[in-house]
Amino acid sequence: MDWKPLAIVIAIALISLALIGSPATWLTLTIAGLAMGMILFLAASGLTLVFGLMDVLNFGHGIFIAIGAFVASTLLGYLYAAGAGGGFWSDAVILLVAAIASMVVAGIAGWCFERLIVKTVYGDHLKQILVTTGGLIIGIELNKVIWGSAQRSLNLPESWRGSLSIAGVSAEKYRLAAIVLGAIVFGAMAWTFSRTKIGLLIRAGVQDREMVESFGYRISTLFVIVFVAGSALAGFGGLMWGLFQQNITAEMGAQLNILIFIVIIIGGLGSVPGALTGAVLIGLSTNYVGFLFPIASQFANIGVMVLILIWRPQGLFPVASSRGQG
Amino acid sequence: MFSRILSCDPPRSTLLAVILALIFVGLLTAPYVFPTLQALSVAVKIMVFIVLVASFDILLGYTGIISFAHTMYFGIGAYGIAIASSWMGPTWTALLVGLAIALLVSCLIAGIIAIFSLRIRAVFFSMITLAVAAAFQTLAAQLSDFTGGEDGITFRLPQQLSAAFKYFDYPFSGSAAGFNGQLACYYLLFATCTLCFLTILRIVNSPFGRVLQAIRENEFRAEAIGYRVLLYRAVAALLSAVFATVAGAMLAIWLRYNGPETTLSFEIMIDVVLITMIGGVGTIYGSVIGSVVFLVAQNYLRDLLLSAEQFSASVPLLGRLLSPDRWLLWLGVLFVLSVYFFSSGIVGHLRERTRNQERSHK
Repeated sequence: MDWKPLAIVIAIALISLALIGSPATWLTLTIAGLAMGMILFLAASGLTLVFGLMDVLNFGHGIFIAIGAFVASTLLGYLYAAGAGGGFWSDAVILLVAAIASMVVAGIAGWCFERLIVKTVYGDHLKQILVTTGGLIIGIELNKVIWGSAQRSLNLPESWRGSLSIAGVSAEKYRLAAIVLGAIVFGAMAWTFSRTKIGLLIRAGVQDREMVESFGYRISTLFVIVFVAGSALAGFGGLMWGLFQQNITAEMGAQLNILIFIVIIIGGLGSVPGALTGAVLIGLSTNYVGFLFPIASQFANIGVMVLILIWRPQGLFPVASSRGQG
Repeated sequence: MFSRILSCDPPRSTLLAVILALIFVGLLTAPYVFPTLQALSVAVKIMVFIVLVASFDILLGYTGIISFAHTMYFGIGAYGIAIASSWMGPTWTALLVGLAIALLVSCLIAGIIAIFSLRIRAVFFSMITLAVAAAFQTLAAQLSDFTGGEDGITFRLPQQLSAAFKYFDYPFSGSAAGFNGQLACYYLLFATCTLCFLTILRIVNSPFGRVLQAIRENEFRAEAIGYRVLLYRAVAALLSAVFATVAGAMLAIWLRYNGPETTLSFEIMIDVVLITMIGGVGTIYGSVIGSVVFLVAQNYLRDLLLSAEQFSASVPLLGRLLSPDRWLLWLGVLFVLSVYFFSSGIVGHLRERTRNQERSHK
């Protein structure tokens, strides 16, 4: 395992501690940053795998984020109105139901998107970028047709709001939960990749697509599975992001898309650990810079990306691929 | 002589040549044939988009990379004129200084982006330009002391370009008719547009342009022959940014206003890509035909949607699908369809037809 990227994350956290001064403020920012990073990772993991596996760059990935958030908002609205939940754990069940619903709908949307839009332009980057950008616009507009173009609120259940106070440091419950959830999803993904056959095939496919095909596996089927799973995860990420920001708009997907691109460029296209590191890096730096130098926050992410690319032009965890660059 | 002006890259289709000539004459005589201000504004918008789209085609069509920051340079050009004119007053120096600073800023940003992103893979370029353009758009809205924020900047031009300034009256006509500053402004933009178009045509047909095409077709082979791929792509990105900046300056001069929605919005970016596709990727002539078709259709299609909405208002979902607010939806559909089924564009189609006819005659 390459330790240098992790050392950078820790170094950034420590330098910020020195700059911010107050440990309590720093911890609040760090927790917010980690939570944001985990959510970004959820949304980005599918995109980076899809690229690694099939060399497909999907500019429309953001749609699934928005779909996940809007499905959850509608469903949670009904459930709250019906008076469901109330306690911490019953609310957890409600959130789980919403999460499953957004993952299913986003997964289905992902399947349609793959069949209708992406499938026809394999192997042609230029057309892929154009067609998926077109898909993004159509997706955003259809979202507006269905849910309207006004901003909607996406609220946590009562019992999940507020913060926990541990040894004088207050941390919002939801942010802690987001960190834990992100870690669980990453653990599950790591387990899938290292312990299951499908994970093995995906890893092998990222390394050398033709070799896997020559062993008799259909990489295109595998690809559809990854695409749908990635869309579902993006939908889940959308729900989490919506709850994090507490409001959602039809354009949120396009806005997050940009953050996610930065994340996967930093991480190295095709690398899942890279996406996690990149997401945490972006989450932390966004929060630290937003606190220390609010005016520079717009360019903080791009600045981090530029610095990383100077150091490692292929991203933090370059994916060794048999394919050429193009 | 004529062939030299067109850089030995003639339209290569009689129909195309006729259409282009008609558009040229139409734009040249627009102030007299369509004397309303609205028609003139459409004509100016067409000229601005010709430069903007042609400069985008240097990248998309001839270099084979997609930039999503094209509207950023467009905006820089417009802001350069607007900020310089409002700070230094309505003088010609202000226009020149504004344009010069804008060109410098554009070149600087384009150069930095190109060096960082094109070094690795061409797809990075698209992603990074998208990120930078989004950040720039937010920045332009935030720095309200400088850019006027969301409201934008309204400014005045040198009086020689204003409608009140009269150069001379035409003989044998009423007192209202005459060559005034507004017409001077129109012909200034017309000359700039023609000059930029011919320069871009010259660039893509130069030895430099040929190398770009070689890189587009086969990057490895071009590198193997000994061309520095990164350098050529970076210079192409730079040139494209320069002409986009000029297009932005043209628009600002005509409108005497600039704001984020006018030049920086992502919708304009989509318009530019779509016009390039419709006109024909990799044919600079496509920018002319594409701009005319698109901008005329844009006005027309919005009206069509408006009337369609009135008819379908009773059907719940259909009414919302056909609402004029959903203009972008149909643009997106058109966009995807044109990538699938119309990837050679109008100019490509016309040229292909001519080629087929010539072949069947032989």
